[in-house]
Amino acid sequence: MNLEQINPILLIASLMVAATPILLAAIGEAVVEKAGVLNLGVEGMMITGAVVGFAIGVNSGSPALGFVAAAISGAALSMLFAVLVLVLLSNQVATGLGLTMFGLGLSSLIGKPYEGMKVPTLAKWDIPLLSDIPVLGPILFNHDPMVYVSLILIAVVWYVLKSTRAGLILRAVGENHDAAHQLGYKVIRVRMMAIAFGGACAGLGGAYISLVRVPQWVEGMTAGAGWIALAIVVFASWRPWRVLLGAYLFGGITVLQLNLQAAGVAIPVEYLSMSPYVITILVLVAISLKGKHGAPGSLGRIFHASH
Amino acid sequence: MRSMKTLLASAAMALGLAGAAIAEETTKVGFIYVGPVGDGGWTYEHEQGRKAVVEHFGDKVETVYQESVPEGADAERAITQMALAGADLIFTTSFGYMDPTINVAAKFPDVKFEHATGYKQADNVSIYSARFYEGRAVQGYIAGKMTKSNIIGYIASFPIPEVIRGINSAYIHAKRVNPDVQFKIIWAYTWFDPAKEADAAKALIEQGADVVLQHTDSTAPQAAAQEAGNVITFGQASDMADYGPMPRVSSIIDNWAPYYIARTQAVMDGTWESVSTWDGIGAGMVGIGEISDAVPADVKAEAEALRDSLASGEYHAFTGPLNKQDGTPWLAAGETASDYGDNGLASMNFYVEGLEGEIPQ
Repeated sequence: MNLEQINPILLIASLMVAATPILLAAIGEAVVEKAGVLNLGVEGMMITGAVVGFAIGVNSGSPALGFVAAAISGAALSMLFAVLVLVLLSNQVATGLGLTMFGLGLSSLIGKPYEGMKVPTLAKWDIPLLSDIPVLGPILFNHDPMVYVSLILIAVVWYVLKSTRAGLILRAVGENHDAAHQLGYKVIRVRMMAIAFGGACAGLGGAYISLVRVPQWVEGMTAGAGWIALAIVVFASWRPWRVLLGAYLFGGITVLQLNLQAAGVAIPVEYLSMSPYVITILVLVAISLKGKHGAPGSLGRIFHASH
Repeated sequence: MRSMKTLLASAAMALGLAGAAIAEETTKVGFIYVGPVGDGGWTYEHEQGRKAVVEHFGDKVETVYQESVPEGADAERAITQMALAGADLIFTTSFGYMDPTINVAAKFPDVKFEHATGYKQADNVSIYSARFYEGRAVQGYIAGKMTKSNIIGYIASFPIPEVIRGINSAYIHAKRVNPDVQFKIIWAYTWFDPAKEADAAKALIEQGADVVLQHTDSTAPQAAAQEAGNVITFGQASDMADYGPMPRVSSIIDNWAPYYIARTQAVMDGTWESVSTWDGIGAGMVGIGEISDAVPADVKAEAEALRDSLASGEYHAFTGPLNKQDGTPWLAAGETASDYGDNGLASMNFYVEGLEGEIPQ
């Protein structure tokens, strides 16, 4: 075993890339849940974003356009969910699961002609001067733009939820939709917007997998990342900076286990492969043992103005 | 999702069954694939073989295929459905379909089966494979010559004899031309998962590998190497020429078409018998893709000479003296490995001397 062969700087840089899809999807879902809606369709929106982003990226030659299209497609799919649960008052859990299955099927249909194709990928920003700083340079200043977009999103969501009027209304709707309604806030409109934001973020996360991390289109390529994003929202107790922590922890273990294998650590491969999932489950159990998790009061409940 | 898709597929096949009654004289050939036909690697080449069958026989043959069939219980259902739908000959194209193929074949004695890369034969089950390790010898040679860091990364799939033979063969030939070479092996436990393959390639490259060999089927490691810059790779199962001349400097190309055509012909003629086929470069089942200009001319010439001596049978990829990893002797000087038997290639489950780490059990 040669642990010194693992370069911690490169490890941190690549864990940021590995974590970005989950991070994007999770921050979107955190906002949706803060508004009191549980959307289990993250996986379906991610994979749809992955295929649409890839298709547009291939056809236009512009990965940036691919990301825009992915965000729009994720948001469009989430509107289907929004109409069903907010207007037609269907069960959120069942509708969300349905959305995931729908997204997986739809994406494999759209993606059939794109299998095995190459796509132009996002170039890394080699920020002059800053990227030459030892240690910090390669970690912080030598990534593709989407890594920075994901970090900025976290900061923006944190600020909006904490310090703006819009954030306060969104939280009020999520904590107690009846009270918010009595106060005259448009519960359904607020939730629609939150769901659209969540869908757009999931779409971006999916497109990051197909346009940057792999970059290729393959049926089912999100491979459960959407479910991990859902777990990370709970893990984070619905707080933006903890979403960042959770996603980087998961991404970190995923990358670390491959590095440990390559370095020849004498732990059976099966244990290394399952470690990211096992550790996520353990942390979730530890959090629920603590009792107070700060879930929004109206999370998953159906709202109707007549109640 | 899988079950839903299978359901749809079975409905489609039931329709196909009704159609088969009308055109009785056509031979129906089925293919079970482990990945999508667009994987650009393993399944892609089997699909090329299927297309060659269609082209060769035209109206006399009807082909069906099902892609992305998981190895294990699901495979048994997919093969059964294909047999029920009236297939006369079914090719199951992944190692993990071995037991499902044998099980289904026992229930359909009149249907002929062909299982790729396995070792269980029956009266109506033939087995066929290619000597990919001959191609690995050429890769190992080029890798040993080209590496500057002396670290060669290897993305392995499952710990089965075929994969282990590949690792050993590549290592022996890399070591022969570069005694300082070191292999880093990651077991991905998948044939096809581009995200995982990309992450594995990146981890290997970050640990200093400047050559990445893969025994997984997607082109994701090629893309990762391309992004990294000075890393070379080899096309796996298919030429993957899109990634040449760098990082892809050569490739192993599986050529199943002649075999598929011959076996389909045998079914048509009623001469089909259960056989075991294991062909290499010489018979054309394994092809070595064009060695790109990124490889110096003298290395290229020697690699081609190695390829030709493997093809003619003049040189065997496993020629002694070779020891096993624990130092016990395996082959004496000049001795070549036998295909079968305790220390045979077909059931190889050990590393040769010099490789680090253990084969997962």
